[in-house]
Amino acid sequence: MGIARSLMALDLGRGTRRFQRFVTLGGAKPGGEAPRPRGVLDPELLRAALPHAFRKLDPRLLVRNPVMFVVELTAALVTITWAAHTTGLEPLPGSSGTGFELQIAAWLWFTVLFATYAEAVAEARGRAQAATLRRTRSETTARRRRADGLLETVGSSELRRGDIIVVEEGQTIAGDGDVIEGVGFVNEAAITGESAPVLKEPGTDIRSSVTGGTTLVSDRLVIRITSNPGETFLDRMIALVEGAKRQRTPNEIALAILLAGLSIVFLMATVTLRPFGAYAGITVDTVALVALLVCLIPTTIGGLLSAIGIAGMDRVARFNVLAMSGRAVEASGDVDVILLDKTGTITYGNRLAASISPAPGIPEAEAVRAALLTSIRDETPEGRSVVELARKRLVELDWPAKAGDDAGLAALAATIAEEIPFRAETRTSGVRTVTSGLVLKGAVDAIAGGLDGPLPPDIAAQADRIADAGATPLAIRDDGRVLGLIELKDTVKEGLVERFAEFRRMGIRTVMITGDNPRTAATIAREAGVDDFIAQATPEDKIAFIRKAQADGHLVAMTGDGTNDAPALAQSDVGLAMNSGTSAAKEAANMVDLDSDPTKLLEVIAIGKQLLITRGSITTFSIANDVAKYFAIVPAMFVSVYPQLGALNIMGLATPQSAILSAVIFNALIIIALIPLAIRGVAFRAAPASELLRRNLLVYGLGGIIAPFLGIKAIDLLVAALHLA
Amino acid sequence: MPLGDLLTLTTLFLAVVLVTPVLGHYIWLAMEGEPTPLRPALRPVERLVYRVSGVDETSEMSWKGYTVAVLVMAGVAILAGYAMLRLQDVLPLNQGGIPAMSPDLAFNTSVSFETNTNWQNYSGEAGATYLIQTGMLAVRNFTSAATGLAVAIALFRGLTRRSAKTIGNYWVDLTRGVLYVLLPISVVGAVVLVWQGVPQTWDPTRAVTTLQGAVQNIAIGPVASQEWIKELGNNGGGFFNANSSHPFENPTPLTNWLEMLALLAVPFALTFTFGRYAGSQRQGWTIFAAMMLVLGVGAVFAMHLEAAGNPLFPAGVDQTVLGNMEGKEARFGAGVGGLFMAVTTGTSTGAVNSWHDSAQPLSGLVPLFNMELGEVTPGGIGAGMYGMLIIGAILAVFIAGLMVGRTPEYLGKKVEAYEIKMAMLTTLVLGASILGFTALATATDPGLAGPLNRGPHGFSEILYAYSSQTGNNGSAFAGLSGDTPFYNITGALAMLIGRYGMIVPILALAGSMAAKRRVAPSLGTFPTTGALWVVLLIGVIVIVGALTFFPALALGPISEQLLQNAGKTF
Repeated sequence: MGIARSLMALDLGRGTRRFQRFVTLGGAKPGGEAPRPRGVLDPELLRAALPHAFRKLDPRLLVRNPVMFVVELTAALVTITWAAHTTGLEPLPGSSGTGFELQIAAWLWFTVLFATYAEAVAEARGRAQAATLRRTRSETTARRRRADGLLETVGSSELRRGDIIVVEEGQTIAGDGDVIEGVGFVNEAAITGESAPVLKEPGTDIRSSVTGGTTLVSDRLVIRITSNPGETFLDRMIALVEGAKRQRTPNEIALAILLAGLSIVFLMATVTLRPFGAYAGITVDTVALVALLVCLIPTTIGGLLSAIGIAGMDRVARFNVLAMSGRAVEASGDVDVILLDKTGTITYGNRLAASISPAPGIPEAEAVRAALLTSIRDETPEGRSVVELARKRLVELDWPAKAGDDAGLAALAATIAEEIPFRAETRTSGVRTVTSGLVLKGAVDAIAGGLDGPLPPDIAAQADRIADAGATPLAIRDDGRVLGLIELKDTVKEGLVERFAEFRRMGIRTVMITGDNPRTAATIAREAGVDDFIAQATPEDKIAFIRKAQADGHLVAMTGDGTNDAPALAQSDVGLAMNSGTSAAKEAANMVDLDSDPTKLLEVIAIGKQLLITRGSITTFSIANDVAKYFAIVPAMFVSVYPQLGALNIMGLATPQSAILSAVIFNALIIIALIPLAIRGVAFRAAPASELLRRNLLVYGLGGIIAPFLGIKAIDLLVAALHLA
Repeated sequence: MPLGDLLTLTTLFLAVVLVTPVLGHYIWLAMEGEPTPLRPALRPVERLVYRVSGVDETSEMSWKGYTVAVLVMAGVAILAGYAMLRLQDVLPLNQGGIPAMSPDLAFNTSVSFETNTNWQNYSGEAGATYLIQTGMLAVRNFTSAATGLAVAIALFRGLTRRSAKTIGNYWVDLTRGVLYVLLPISVVGAVVLVWQGVPQTWDPTRAVTTLQGAVQNIAIGPVASQEWIKELGNNGGGFFNANSSHPFENPTPLTNWLEMLALLAVPFALTFTFGRYAGSQRQGWTIFAAMMLVLGVGAVFAMHLEAAGNPLFPAGVDQTVLGNMEGKEARFGAGVGGLFMAVTTGTSTGAVNSWHDSAQPLSGLVPLFNMELGEVTPGGIGAGMYGMLIIGAILAVFIAGLMVGRTPEYLGKKVEAYEIKMAMLTTLVLGASILGFTALATATDPGLAGPLNRGPHGFSEILYAYSSQTGNNGSAFAGLSGDTPFYNITGALAMLIGRYGMIVPILALAGSMAAKRRVAPSLGTFPTTGALWVVLLIGVIVIVGALTFFPALALGPISEQLLQNAGKTF
């Protein structure tokens, strides 16, 4: 665990840097050389998206998006009308010239194109990343062990589940599998973007699994393949980042129904204007009716809806989290209970020395020196932390023997005759000195057993106090004398307290789960600021807790990596598995974190919320826009029969035709203007729902009413100045 | 606004605020079979009804069962009513040689009273016998109102039950609604009306000799018993053609005030009943506030315009003193005429005490818009609440819910594709019926033969007719000759679409919501109470209504007002 943990520790507190790295993932090459940073709206990606936008104009593809399909139909209709009028096949009605019809037709085509372009841009980064991954997949060969024990070279696509392959230093691992022999470091940059190598060895639940496409950078591994071609993690990843199997989420479907319904309402409102106009005594121009229809139907959200969904998945991917479905990302926005493992998620998981206190009548320096002596040869993180703390304290105490400096340390080490390693039976470790004294540290009761007399009551009380506070007391003895206590404490990760407070503001309850006793658990829970904890928890307790919370109407998220986490991951509404975890855990979860950083669940939840907020805000904006469009187009249509209706032309648009044209242009341009918002997502702050709603309603609701009044007026000034209509 | 008008308005709305919790709580008790003061007396009657009709009051229905029961009831009642109207000339209690109704008129009338619309293409005193007035129309006033109430209660149950399969028993809800809620209040109300001078007699039309020596036939009859339920049940079908402007229906300013209170009472009280079901009175009061605000703004707007009068009259006629008195009753005044116009269309009552046709064009916009909002502010008995919940709450929750970063939920139930489908269906049905039939009428000769006026005013007359019938309001703009096969049949269809095109999706939604588990509220749940939610509810219903009908309204009342401002009338 040591290396994995220290890597995890290194990972902390560099959220922003990590974010940068994921943005560059599209260009990452196996081996992890630093590629050029590539943003969401990178010019190269924007250019690459253009041909795809045109390809998406195909009506057979566009029909999946009813709103834009209607726009395409109207664009075709106006184009045909214009053609018929220009070629004289049909006489031109009214005063509007064919130039006007051509412009309307062009802007209707642009409206559709802008929408398909938005989708293409949203897909661009995933497409680029998929291309890189695909290259990784196609280039590999493997050396497979035949039945007779000899090795043969085969392509990675020929590997089947159960095959045994041998990988040497510098080679790419050809498929997903479990290490069955050898120990080595693997560079997983191709998958995770992280270039620091990871230790792989057989027999452990977590570290024995390797992923195809990663590179062995040291030693030699024998691997049993666990997946067939086409089903590997890399294959799934390619499919996911490409969005090839992207299905619309339930919420997207519901919104699409709402938009389709609104479109029908507006179709009725528009179509009936023909007879209403006839009653009033004018023939309403088809082109004007079509323009009104397109302006009223929710083209802004209709055009950006799928881009928002794709971009949301992509944002999750940029955090190096693979979401198995858009449903999972959406569900994470709904989560209101998070189940977090204490060790590794909330705390660093290493108990580190926090203080050394002497027993009554023992000089502090002597106790500290003994503590140092017991730990000099101890390479565990606990031991190292004792050494570090003791040396620091000895310098402060200005101890005559100068054990605080390197020379003093060496002198002290020289007194060691024999190292006594930690054993489960003795629960103590330490050294035998050349003076044949036995200096040990260990669990208080274990140390107490080897003393000359009973454990001094002061020490026992102090040990209880330490244990009550959630820390671990270790006693130090020199032969039959107890010298003092070392307090080992698990430390809460930096920044988590603030994160949990943020979640509380969003109405999300954090629950810590730990195998510790209730007292220890309570202390850590208090320090971390989680809302609740489950102590002495077994895997069954986790599932029971999740089921109960769900029955009470909560949506639960959790992280896990072990095989015994798999049932709970499957039961939870959002299960985030660590990439370092077992394949059982990864199968059960609906998201996999490639960096194996459990705290990332918090980011995923924020992204889920942001995705929904973006969708809702642009919908509100889109509908609110209609008010101004009515004021532009309705007077323009009927001012010839009821001149007094000109009073409704509150924007003072130049002519009826310029009014209609300006509204259509605004309607098209707003899509392109909102592409960055759709792809980056609406700014999200942790806040209670009522506050978020008030703010977003003000910005996108009220803003959505006002913006088009200004926009249409501005465009109209330009249209009039250029004599376009 | 004159002081008298202001007093009428404020005392009326204040009375509504006071009545709401009392009546709302009582309705909850009555509908759930809880003990009430009236229960000991009426319970035996209720049991008898079940025994005679073979209803098992303990068995509940799924939403499909409930829907079938509502539709069966409606189908039977429409057919029976049709038969009675066709045969009224030979049936007993014909007070004076009243002929049978024509097939299309009988169809329109029977549908009209069963759908709680009470659109009348006949004149009450000349076209319907006493048997019809009391045995059919007044009975329907009770059952159609109780059906609206029952469907609303079924929806409340659906929204608030957890993982349930059933939403109540229609026959039980119908019986309880009539027996415990509508009947007792109507008895008291009718007595008060009689005290104020409203006739309640089986005597035939009375012939009297006037001072000038001419003989005048004065229609009387069992008016009071029908009058009160007409308002209380948001029916609106008058005993007389002149409806609540007739002195025998609405003799005094006091009866006028009481009738307005009667028609507002139950729709507003149901907001409290809803709060009771939801387990949070704040939920109910929030909806109350949204309804009250929209109604109040419309009422004040109409009152102001009517009290201000028409500036176009030539010198010598100054309308600034008494207001626009054309089509108004002198005992009520112009402003109160405007108020009645707003409350009778804000609820789906449709009783009138002034001629809406003669109102200023923009105050005529108020009843039109009230009806086109889907009759939800506060709407008809039950119907207003279910309309508000489906159009306002479900749609508002869906859009706003997204904006707080959660998949939307209402009262802890997730709003998903199915619910949106049902909500959009009701919105579509309303728009399609109103706009579709208006378009049909403006494009065909039989349709164009209806309106008395040309230009935007004539357009308003047609638009109003279909808005009123689709909204199951029943008030007439007047000025439209509706007793033609074209208007009778299209109108009946509009009423059927407006009623059952709402009820079926709403019961489906009630069923699907009942089956859902309830999500626990947290800080991340956005609250469907409080000022922000009021604004949102109003925003959604007004914007959806305005976006659907703005072009039509622009060509009707808005054009007319602008033209009138320019000195042109129709």
